[in-house]
Amino acid sequence: MTTPTTPPTPSAPQQQPAPAPQAAPAGFYTSPIPVRRATLGDAIASEWTKIRSVRSTMWTLGVMIVLLLGIGLLAAVAVDSAGSDLGSTPVLSLGFFGVLLGSICVITLGVMTIASEYGTGMIRTTLTACPSRARVLSAKAIVFFLLTFVITTLMTALVGVLQTALIDSAAPSGDDWLRATVGVGLYTAALGLLSLAVGALIRHSAGAITIMIGVVLLPLVLAMFMFTDSLNDLRMALFEYSIPNQLSAFYSTSVADSGPSGWDPLWIMLGVSAVALLGAYTALDRRDV
Amino acid sequence: MAWAPTTDVSRWGWSMIEAIGLTKRYGAKTAVHNLSFQVRPGAVTGFLGPNGSGKSTTMRMILGLDQPTSGHVTIGGHPFRSLPNAPRQVGALLDAKAVHGGRSARNHLLSLAQLAGIPAARVDEVLGVVGLQDVARKRSKGFSLGMGQRLGIAAALLGDPQVLLFDEPVNGLDPEGILWVRNLMKMLASEGRTVFVSSHLMSEMALTADHLIVIGRGQLLSDMSVKDFISANSADFARVRVADGPAERREKLTASLTEAGGQVMSEPGGALRVTGLPLPRISDVAHEADVRLWELSPHQASLEEAYMRMTQGVVDYRSTADQKAGLQPPAAPHGYAQPGYEVPRQPETPQQNWYAPPPPGQNPYAAAPDRPAPAAPDLTKRETSEDPR
Repeated sequence: MTTPTTPPTPSAPQQQPAPAPQAAPAGFYTSPIPVRRATLGDAIASEWTKIRSVRSTMWTLGVMIVLLLGIGLLAAVAVDSAGSDLGSTPVLSLGFFGVLLGSICVITLGVMTIASEYGTGMIRTTLTACPSRARVLSAKAIVFFLLTFVITTLMTALVGVLQTALIDSAAPSGDDWLRATVGVGLYTAALGLLSLAVGALIRHSAGAITIMIGVVLLPLVLAMFMFTDSLNDLRMALFEYSIPNQLSAFYSTSVADSGPSGWDPLWIMLGVSAVALLGAYTALDRRDV
Repeated sequence: MAWAPTTDVSRWGWSMIEAIGLTKRYGAKTAVHNLSFQVRPGAVTGFLGPNGSGKSTTMRMILGLDQPTSGHVTIGGHPFRSLPNAPRQVGALLDAKAVHGGRSARNHLLSLAQLAGIPAARVDEVLGVVGLQDVARKRSKGFSLGMGQRLGIAAALLGDPQVLLFDEPVNGLDPEGILWVRNLMKMLASEGRTVFVSSHLMSEMALTADHLIVIGRGQLLSDMSVKDFISANSADFARVRVADGPAERREKLTASLTEAGGQVMSEPGGALRVTGLPLPRISDVAHEADVRLWELSPHQASLEEAYMRMTQGVVDYRSTADQKAGLQPPAAPHGYAQPGYEVPRQPETPQQNWYAPPPPGQNPYAAAPDRPAPAAPDLTKRETSEDPR
């Protein structure tokens, strides 16, 4: 009853016993549908279908747009109606609070992009249809990055235009505009990439989102409670490199004078995301699905 | 072609599944142990085993989702992950619920088609094949298990592949759906494809498969055609019922039959199950022993029974009687236990080893000693009436 390697002689069941080697190929099925090798472009199209065809994407992005627009406008209207003078504070920095809250949505969407596949078991179907882990992960990263970048940039630009129209103050320079729109967009999308990588590593939506919110908030909170002088340096570092402070650097309103400024935060975030994505790829490649 | 296939491609083409020494351990638990088999095109190969015997793990290893601890498995000579065009060569249904519930059936299939570089028109084709065209735009969250299976089968057929793997495809399907799946498998195989179907239902496989691979506790128990499996396992036996009377007569007949070279086992209910002797010979022996018979009838053990016997030693999850101990109120002093009301004490309690014995030296597991027969009483009721094809 145990004939492991040598197959039993095809006494009965093989309908096509392939009697002679030259006759064999005729019996095999060949699909009439032309065979074309799938590419990264196909995977990107697939991920675009996936991301647009679930309601959670629409909800998350909808809430993000509301937060960006709503809080940005609210801040502008509040400043305007109070008639207060912003002084040296740049007008565009009023968009900061909206972006900070909106980044929570980006984190959620980034995590969900991959962790929901693990949650539902869809990842097995996906990796059966495309065994290349690198291609699947790259396609997810590209689609998600572009989507969040475009939306964030458009919204921050819109909010910036409305704010400068509402509030009477010094006109921001071209570089200010660029950093407050494209810079913030790129930074937020990179933060989303980090979330996607964490989602791929943790494979659990709630866990990964919690970790990412911790990454955003914890350094600031920790720094607040470091009263001892001996911890001063650490406290400053936590302040300077906390994600909210990095974000505010795009508006030139850092709480600290030192620390990242200009475009520095973007390079930092892109670097961190790249490392995390590399880790996610390695894990996806080695781990059982 | 740049790669060097390891199997005899000229004979079996690009579509044979071949596992060699496949082993998978999860920590201390060995899910699959040293499994070697081949699945050939042009036939439906059934993959049978009790729950937890390693069927799904093996399927996942074939698809490169789980890495084997040792050994390897190839499709057409390649590991799945290095197949030149995997989704067009291999289609699989692993888990009917492995879809994002918020996505419509059509979008689910569309994303898979795009990922594999398959024209979008194919999506509507397969939706028609599995009969889901009317609910194509509904979110799959609301699908029943049977509809989920159909969606999974649609996903497997998407690439029109030469190799198809189905893990428990008939779970949750209605009778009409089961018939449809059965015919679909046969049709796919008759087109020259390799069809590998797992199941824990022998009865289903007996109707669908041409070839059977049986595993238990992750080890190969049997690898043969259904026809061979039947002739090797479902031994004919005779049922002999001795006329009522002193029990010595039965014992006398048992002794005489054993002497004549037969194997005799007591069946629940007082009948004897005799193998190894033709019916006329049993009659002669009974006549010589001067024992009157009330029944002498030919029977054939069913495939289901052969499968149960084969796997009885390797069942992982065995149920015990539901005792409800400690939950019962103390028995009333003059309660229901009157003589006339005595609960029948399960007259058909399965006995140790009362199945027809396997052909000598064939199945090491059948002789698993000191294990209670796993069969529930209902099996004992219908085992002989079932037609083993």
